[in-house]
Amino acid sequence: MSHIIPADLRYAETHEWARTQDDGLVTVGITDHAQHLLGDLVFVELPEIGRVVSVAEGCAVVESVKAASDVYSPLDGVIVEVNELLADNPELINQDPYGEGWIFRLKTVSTLDALMDATAYEAIAAADDDEDNGSLTDPRLV
Amino acid sequence: MAKHTPLYVRHLALGARLVDFGGWDLPLHYGSQLKEHTQVRTAAGLFDVSHMTIVDFPDPRPARVLLRYLLANDVARLYPDKALYTCLLNETGGIIDDLIVYDRGATGYRLVLNAATRVKDLSWIAPIAERFSTAWNERDDLAMLAVQGPEALTRLAAVLDAGILARVQASQRFHAIEAGNLFIARTGYTGEDGVEIMLPADAAPTLWDQLLAAGVAPCGLGARDTLRLEAGMSLYGSDMDETTTPLVSGLGWTVAWQPPDREFIGRAALERQRAAGIPQIFIGLVLEDRGVLRSHQTVYDGDAAVGLTTSGAFSPTLNRGIALARVAATTGERCRVEVRGKRLAALTVKPPFVSRPR
Repeated sequence: MSHIIPADLRYAETHEWARTQDDGLVTVGITDHAQHLLGDLVFVELPEIGRVVSVAEGCAVVESVKAASDVYSPLDGVIVEVNELLADNPELINQDPYGEGWIFRLKTVSTLDALMDATAYEAIAAADDDEDNGSLTDPRLV
Repeated sequence: MAKHTPLYVRHLALGARLVDFGGWDLPLHYGSQLKEHTQVRTAAGLFDVSHMTIVDFPDPRPARVLLRYLLANDVARLYPDKALYTCLLNETGGIIDDLIVYDRGATGYRLVLNAATRVKDLSWIAPIAERFSTAWNERDDLAMLAVQGPEALTRLAAVLDAGILARVQASQRFHAIEAGNLFIARTGYTGEDGVEIMLPADAAPTLWDQLLAAGVAPCGLGARDTLRLEAGMSLYGSDMDETTTPLVSGLGWTVAWQPPDREFIGRAALERQRAAGIPQIFIGLVLEDRGVLRSHQTVYDGDAAVGLTTSGAFSPTLNRGIALARVAATTGERCRVEVRGKRLAALTVKPPFVSRPR
């Protein structure tokens, strides 16, 4: 199944996207592909503002009806803003993963160059789909 | 090679996300598990539960004697068309499976068991049935559809013959009717009104199509799990298994102690456990903080670890994390559950978490 992968964003292989804003901050969220795999989101644990994070460090948790998943920082930096709307409306990530469903903003001196472009991420997402046999985190469901 | 129900092609056509469950490819959801859950709580949902194991005991007289020995609940409490929920125990009182047994009068008894436990159930039952010279046969020629929700019966009106519908409407909860090739029971796994329909596999796709046309929404195993949990219903393999007895699983009410001279498998072990004092209780937990509960999380009373959650989820109806848990009998009304290293406040409750208006 194909999902939206905007060409103007950069991606981590752990399914986060990153966008540099005009003010130099980097906005981070999870991809459309990731939200689709997770299913309906019901809870988001946001990082604390001011927290220093390293690349690939888990700093938020998204919980779907199915399972909890870590959201990793795509870059070294400091969390300067979190999307407070997600506390009451975690479904924003399902509905608009690249817009209203953003998760946190980073202040960073790193550039996005080390991250994948849309074409490279598309290959990862497609390989994921091939491997996706639908097995659950907890196979004893029902 | 995963097994497919007679509705597999229907699931594919509806774009279901399929999962392996007990060797079967079954729909997890058809797009949104939350919407399916809400559909069942507010209108009507349709579940393909053809993976369930159906076993018939056609000869009622020897079957009654056998089942009174085999099952912890007592089929002597049944009468024709009545159903009974029970555990199947081993000699140590551990739960091999949970099941529903239907009294079919002169046609004998019907058992509906879990799919994931099929092989061990049948290999447990076979030698005992032989000892009791009681015939039985698995009904893998049947499919099973569940129609659940406050509008289940009104939607069925568009599908069932008027005479059959009237009989279904007149039947009570935990009763069944039989008409032609249809076996229709007022049972389910959602806490809502509704039916479970057993019918020949080749007739199932047509009934499925008719129910969808009548406005019943297809629902997957995901919604089935959150619905049953809200209704406080146990899941085999999570909330109980062969290492736990009904007495520590919130299922003491399913054990028929009377009459005292009825011998059933596991009785002696349960009596010993009861005499020694039951060390644990089975409770519901509602998270007061934001978050989601899952199985195998540690429950704390003060600073003491007192037990584990056995099933957990986010309750779409309550908009809170809920769980079933097995904890020390001394556990107080307020406790905490450890979620990713944090101990979140929870309230202990007696399930169900959600009950339908009566």
